[in-house]
Amino acid sequence: MSGVGGDGVGGDIGIRFDGVSVAYGSNTVLDSLDLTVERGEVMALLGPSGSGKTTALRAVAGFVTPARGRVHIGDRDVTHLPPHRRGVGMVVQSYALFPHLRVEDNVAFGLKAQKADKAAIPGRVAEALEMTGMAAYAKRYPRELSGGQQQRVAIARALAIRPGVLLLDEPLSALDAQLRSGMLAELARLHRELPDVSILYVTHDQVEALTLADRIAVMDKARLQDCGTPQELYRSPRTEFTASFVGNANLLPVRVGSGSGQVRLGDAELKVDTAGVAAGATATLCVRPHLVGLGEGANTLRGAVAEVQWRGATHRLYVDVAGQRVKADVRELRTPPALGSQVALHFAPEDAVLLSAGVAADA
Amino acid sequence: MRSPAGPLTESHPARGAVPTRSALRNICPQRAAAEQWGRKPQPQPQPLRQRATWVWALPPVLALGVVFLYPLVLLVQQSFTPLEGGMSVQPYADVFADPAFREALGTTVWLAVGATVGCLVLGFVLALVIAFVPFPGAKAVARFVDVFLSFPSFLITLALLFVYGTVGMANGMWTDVTGAASGPFQFLTTPWGVLLAEITYFTPFVMRPLLAAFSQIDTAQIEAASSLGAKAPRIVRQVILPEALPALAAGGSLVLIMCLNEFGIVLFTGAKGVTTLPTLVYSKAILESDWTAACVVAVVNVVISVSLYGLYRVVSRRVGA
Repeated sequence: MSGVGGDGVGGDIGIRFDGVSVAYGSNTVLDSLDLTVERGEVMALLGPSGSGKTTALRAVAGFVTPARGRVHIGDRDVTHLPPHRRGVGMVVQSYALFPHLRVEDNVAFGLKAQKADKAAIPGRVAEALEMTGMAAYAKRYPRELSGGQQQRVAIARALAIRPGVLLLDEPLSALDAQLRSGMLAELARLHRELPDVSILYVTHDQVEALTLADRIAVMDKARLQDCGTPQELYRSPRTEFTASFVGNANLLPVRVGSGSGQVRLGDAELKVDTAGVAAGATATLCVRPHLVGLGEGANTLRGAVAEVQWRGATHRLYVDVAGQRVKADVRELRTPPALGSQVALHFAPEDAVLLSAGVAADA
Repeated sequence: MRSPAGPLTESHPARGAVPTRSALRNICPQRAAAEQWGRKPQPQPQPLRQRATWVWALPPVLALGVVFLYPLVLLVQQSFTPLEGGMSVQPYADVFADPAFREALGTTVWLAVGATVGCLVLGFVLALVIAFVPFPGAKAVARFVDVFLSFPSFLITLALLFVYGTVGMANGMWTDVTGAASGPFQFLTTPWGVLLAEITYFTPFVMRPLLAAFSQIDTAQIEAASSLGAKAPRIVRQVILPEALPALAAGGSLVLIMCLNEFGIVLFTGAKGVTTLPTLVYSKAILESDWTAACVVAVVNVVISVSLYGLYRVVSRRVGA
């Protein structure tokens, strides 16, 4: 797609947070955020509510002023620039379309506000609506559209001003599950068509982050906890928070044995990579539920079945092992184990990650 | 409602089909909302209980008839009864031919229209500031607006007399400083004084519905507009104002009708030179004991008020208020 994207603000557009803190009174909602979003990169800010992710996005848009630190868009320091001079596109959960304007006028709003060449406006509106598949709805009012369609219009409206930076604040949260996965694919396609636009994508949904993001910044308690590619965060999380928030991993307290590659959970000896963790120390063993199988194997855990949930294609088993509840997602079982029965679970050594106790929350 | 014909807003159910409330909501949320507020957007099928319920309507209708409608009928009847007796339109011809009446009519209309415009502009600006400019005490100011609504109108007039009256503060300071016999602020007894007092008193009546409307505006819309590059004036014009139109229409019509019928302010301020229809009724009836002429003027006043109210209903329905 020609034209749209990238040339709105000029230069190498990306976002850089330099020690950005935001506070309301004594309540710090964003604490010394250092983060760089490269040009053309999709960065997901992932975290529970109240983690500071939306505040970070609003600092880029200009709706909150940092108490400390600088925000850069490209090579411009925008920390104290008013929102209307930042040239960012923004899409929010509630769509925020102008209800009294037709779809085409909603999309043209930014172009008119920025005093774009009048003759060029219809073309650029049509282009943005084309990209989002909403060209047929140009004459409609927002109230005549479904939620998904309204969100497409909101995206078209943000793209029409050809922003170098696109801010998406929980854009899919108001949609139902099926529509959400369709819109995820749409967003991925849009990003392929606009390879120069940097996208900051705020979400609490790890699936959205894993699907869409080039990198994920995991946030909790106003701080950046972890940052890396989806694969890095998923396969080798650096903190317990990341491990549990991204992929809902089992976190088991273990003691590192004297021999290398050995840890102990209760009276079970387990073989895992113990590099970087001192012998005799306590550590957290992190295993994804879907990598835990039923039956004996290289690493075997024994315990009593506490709960069995049928989830269609899989069964989720909760098994109490040495005082810890271990989650296992196994393929649908013909005869699931009875509650209270003793079962064996296993996982491969290479599927487990050992986190030394010191790398918890405040990494 | 300003909506184009489309499958989502227009529905033509089969004759006799009864749309359920939820179906109605799906077809048109505004209409369902309107229904919720007690207006009937389309004829409803008569429920069986209807036959018994008219009994309950009797007491209020009777009370209304005795207390309000009957005296009104007497008033209208009197307006068609000349001094010499009988029924004729002569009293109307006499009153309409009277230059004093024409002047009063003109004064009434321009004062009401002027005060309404003034209230709309001032009320809109003040409500904007209170609602969207964060300043300490904004809530207290908004609450004061509510209190203000409960003040009697002549209170404002009295207060203005203290400030701008012939021996008020402003003129007092002027005469103290310059040694002149009288101050420059003599407008209070002119129509301009009435206009000032009416704008001062009635502006909160515009602000109240406006503040309610502003509190309904999604701040995300304002943020979206500003990140799209719109500065404050454009946001006010294209995002806030369209949302506030129904409230402006409601507040404006209310103020227009109240100004047309305002008595206390005109009596207090403009007593010397300003005559409006209500004060004309007063002077005809009480000072000149011309009861018939007073009734004629009163009928004219009522007709103007009721037609304006009708216009207001039509307009407000059209803008979807």
